[in-house]
Amino acid sequence: MIEELQYPFEAKRILAQKKKLKRLLLSQNINFIEKKIAVLGGSTTNDIILILEIFLLSYGIKASFYESEYNQYYQEAVFDNPKLEKFAPDLIYIHTTNRNISCFPAVEDSAETVNRLLTEEFEKFHIIWQELHERYQCPIIQNNFELPFYRLMGNKEASDIHGKINFLTRLNMQFYEYVQKNRNVYICDINYISADYGLKEWADPFYYYMYKYALNINAIPYLAFNVANIIKSLFGKNKKGFVLDLDNTLWGGVVGDDGADHIMLGPEEAEGQAYLEFQKYIREHKQLGIILSVDSKNDFENAAAGLNHPYSELKPEEFAVIKANWNTKDRNFAEIAAETNLLPESLVFVDDNQAERHIVMGQFPGVNAPKIGEVQNYIQNIDRNGFFEVTLLSSDDLKRSKMYQENAKRAQYQTAFSDYGVYLNSLEMTAAIGPFDSVYMDRIAQLTNKSNQFNLTTKRYSLEELEAAASVGSYITLYGKLEDKFGDNGVVTVVIGRVRHAVCHIELWLMSCRVLKRDMELAMMDCLVSACRQRGVTEIRGYYYPTAKNSMVQDFYALLGFQKTAEDEEGNTEWRFLIQDHYEAKNHYIRINLI
Amino acid sequence: MREEVFEKLNEIFREIFDQENLAVYDETTADEIEGWDSLEHINLITEIENVFHIKFSIKEAAGMKNVGEMADLILEHLSKTVD
Repeated sequence: MIEELQYPFEAKRILAQKKKLKRLLLSQNINFIEKKIAVLGGSTTNDIILILEIFLLSYGIKASFYESEYNQYYQEAVFDNPKLEKFAPDLIYIHTTNRNISCFPAVEDSAETVNRLLTEEFEKFHIIWQELHERYQCPIIQNNFELPFYRLMGNKEASDIHGKINFLTRLNMQFYEYVQKNRNVYICDINYISADYGLKEWADPFYYYMYKYALNINAIPYLAFNVANIIKSLFGKNKKGFVLDLDNTLWGGVVGDDGADHIMLGPEEAEGQAYLEFQKYIREHKQLGIILSVDSKNDFENAAAGLNHPYSELKPEEFAVIKANWNTKDRNFAEIAAETNLLPESLVFVDDNQAERHIVMGQFPGVNAPKIGEVQNYIQNIDRNGFFEVTLLSSDDLKRSKMYQENAKRAQYQTAFSDYGVYLNSLEMTAAIGPFDSVYMDRIAQLTNKSNQFNLTTKRYSLEELEAAASVGSYITLYGKLEDKFGDNGVVTVVIGRVRHAVCHIELWLMSCRVLKRDMELAMMDCLVSACRQRGVTEIRGYYYPTAKNSMVQDFYALLGFQKTAEDEEGNTEWRFLIQDHYEAKNHYIRINLI
Repeated sequence: MREEVFEKLNEIFREIFDQENLAVYDETTADEIEGWDSLEHINLITEIENVFHIKFSIKEAAGMKNVGEMADLILEHLSKTVD
């Protein structure tokens, strides 16, 4: 992680050093994912794209860009556009602002006229989204509208239907209603970003008169960062958990020295209140399925006493893993990642101590450890980073914390068995397996875009592409849900196969690491074989493409009884499985409900 | 004073155009520096404003013909802030 690009960043330095930063980022030894991004602008977008490119590189996304002609966002979206069609975007960003409102109400307009203007303005954008959706089938990011920089009627601008503020607020609400019903459009909230930056500075019209930028050039990094966060979330690069220090991070003082009764936590004095609010903020993340762990240099008893403080919002049971010992922080960090089955770079390290942050970031490239500053700034300095930017919120997210706690119970339970088969049997597992179902599409898309370890091809699909695969006859699609006596794991595995001439080519096979070693992959194989048989398919071809993260499945097809047919110097392998008349089911421990 | 301004200008130009050995003089114009187009001019102006803590007027920002004029304008603004 290049520290200059973590919030709180110095926007002006990023602007001045953009060429150098790009060079630095490209020289890193990272497997970038490549994406094509079209930017359709209602004002100048040149530097917005250059800075966006830098933030995306810092997320491991190497983007190529299509930039519309100046202020041609409408024409280029709605009419035939061979150049854009040839570009075939993976994502489209529409950078419009209140400069692009065609007609604001006049003070003498009737209510009907104002409503008509509102409808016309909304329809302009509605047509853009629909046309883009039909032509390109990819996610669209759309700016909402920032507040205007002057107020003709003063305060009345907000409440009166003729006010520009009132008009833009209503228009924004119509955007939100559309987005709630249409999952391919995502709002970039420039209304918030501009307020956060300071509207007076953001809207300095110097930059519009001079260069047709609709915002202050110095604010561009904040806008670009915000857009980059939406994009990285859509392409599966969100963080998944917090690893938290305790002393002077979750409470004031050192619990081992001061005693649990004397740490600063609670509403009685200012500092304690600040830590209490910070604990509440961290706790709120559990609603998003964010996994919390502790990495603290403390005796375990002292740490537990601190967490059990009467005002503590974060009692020990809120955490997936608590490492409170005298090992180095990076060693504990590695163990936390291993025990939660998460990649180190998907965890955010929160520690007030700069030296510890540097040790952890130095050991694990890609880990974010923000400069959290003073306790009253902890929330701001973490929140503005957009680590957990929500794009698809699946029902599984809401339950994930619970699932991790259930997993901990399973692990304890397992130690009571000497024979693994007996243990699996005792879990009383039931799987529901069937072709993609629209109810689970959000979760399937989410899994497809973020699973890295148990993933044979690491092919990413947009929601639109998944829906297309589910509806086209030449594809076999399967999802699998797994339940056991400890709880429901939800949808945990996805397979997509393309059928050609009685051969099924597996384009995607992935599984969530939370159900490793449960034989769920064997159950999927059995169901895949039976789905193939129904289609008259006699042969399955598997493909393994190595990445930095998926070595755990390099022999997966061999374990299922496939024969290797090809291998190149990069380690890409191809496999073949002939479906015999007598196929013996591989799964013995999971009861299957075929959907 | 003018020399100090040029020293800082050299640093700014080197950073913005990402060329370590770039040096600018009174008579240097946009034609002589690779990448100095109208869009990069914006970044140059903005960075100069940020470094010297000054603010150009629209007329000034649009009117600079060479680096010498740029330095004169910077000195003019700096003398105003000192007063």
